[in-house]
Amino acid sequence: MINKKVANVSEALQGIQDNMTLMLGGFGLCGIPENAISELVKLNIKGLTCISNNAGVDDFGLGLLLQKRQIKKMISSYVGENDEFERQMLSGELDVELVPQGTLAERCKAAQSGFPAFYTPAGYGTEVAEGKETRAFNGKMYVLEEAFKADFAFVKAWKGDEAGNLIFKGTARNFNPSMCGAATITVAEVEELVPAGTLDPNQIHIPGIFVQRIFQGADYEKRIEQRTVRQKA
Amino acid sequence: MLDKNGIAQRIAKEVKNGYYVNLGIGIPTLVANFVRDDIEVEFQSENGILGMGPFPFEGEEDADLINAGKQTITALPGASFFDSSMSFSMIRGQHVDLTILGAMEVAQNGDIANWKIPGKMVKGMGGAMDLVASAENIIVAMMHTNKKGESKLLKQCSLPLTGVGCVTKIVTNLAVLEIKDNAFYLVERAPGVSVEDIKQATEGTLIIDGEVPEMQL
Repeated sequence: MINKKVANVSEALQGIQDNMTLMLGGFGLCGIPENAISELVKLNIKGLTCISNNAGVDDFGLGLLLQKRQIKKMISSYVGENDEFERQMLSGELDVELVPQGTLAERCKAAQSGFPAFYTPAGYGTEVAEGKETRAFNGKMYVLEEAFKADFAFVKAWKGDEAGNLIFKGTARNFNPSMCGAATITVAEVEELVPAGTLDPNQIHIPGIFVQRIFQGADYEKRIEQRTVRQKA
Repeated sequence: MLDKNGIAQRIAKEVKNGYYVNLGIGIPTLVANFVRDDIEVEFQSENGILGMGPFPFEGEEDADLINAGKQTITALPGASFFDSSMSFSMIRGQHVDLTILGAMEVAQNGDIANWKIPGKMVKGMGGAMDLVASAENIIVAMMHTNKKGESKLLKQCSLPLTGVGCVTKIVTNLAVLEIKDNAFYLVERAPGVSVEDIKQATEGTLIIDGEVPEMQL
């Protein structure tokens, strides 16, 4: 067993520097690497390019990094829940690249899988395709999209073991698996870190080969963005 | 004239037994409430669930179980969870049978705009560009006119496009329309709405072929 365990979040972020490109898992506030984000705030790392489906809310998730102006550029598919984000974008302080959600996932997955680029129909004929190569296959038009390049990927899983194997829960899985192994260093944080041999190999979602460092998060708030319920009849 | 629930109720009639369906945010989400009980349908949410159920009972919310609108949901028997890449394999690979989404504008050539108002609103396209570029069966659910009373069914979209030539069916508060041969064909009128009302509210070319029946809800 190759041991990927590090003692804490501080050790997990060793080597992080200003102006790096990061991938961060999560959809809205669901399945985000809360502990890594807190540490980035604490270390006050600046000039970051962040690849993440959303940009958090004003006081949680990536919104915490935006409040302290630590992000130079966001690459996302949807950014509608954050007033500070909108202010920085409209004033030109923040550079934003909007990418169709499926393309965002696949640009991560391509980096993980060793594909330099792929064709997708998403965005053909729209401003997303401007300046990109297009091509017809079987009479339908496609746009060439390139794999991302990132220095760190921060992902969050439900359970993990010392070998770096990961299991996700519910819809907290989202972008996390495709970001594993898609950056130079993948840091996985988990709610429960167990010794190797504890997890059933049949149930592993992401094998440890895609993970360089794993730690158990000290605390998870797991904030709900839109609490919707129905009444018992 | 229909309200938002009425639009959803009419669209629900398009949902067939055995369909996998992706519902967008807003009016499309309401469609789930009106699907007949005697057919088997599974709802996909692109953040990673197939077999999405209703909102949870109070006290049973799970932060790890949400839909694409970030609302807490439940999973029905037979549900599955998956990552974003696989979710869009279902969409791009045309495994999803029906996509229902909202729009700010639709043009008579099937173009759709629903993600950006330059200088005003830039929230992003989310999964909409992948959905409209891939799906063969798309229904747009929207009000016939915007808040200023201007038609949303146009000769040409004025807003940045989400996709080109992809919409074939539209259900609004006034009518059901189909797009073919670069025109809107009027298929049904909403209860209490006249052909003249629909003409007035439609900027694009509207084709009226014979008697137009009133919708059955």
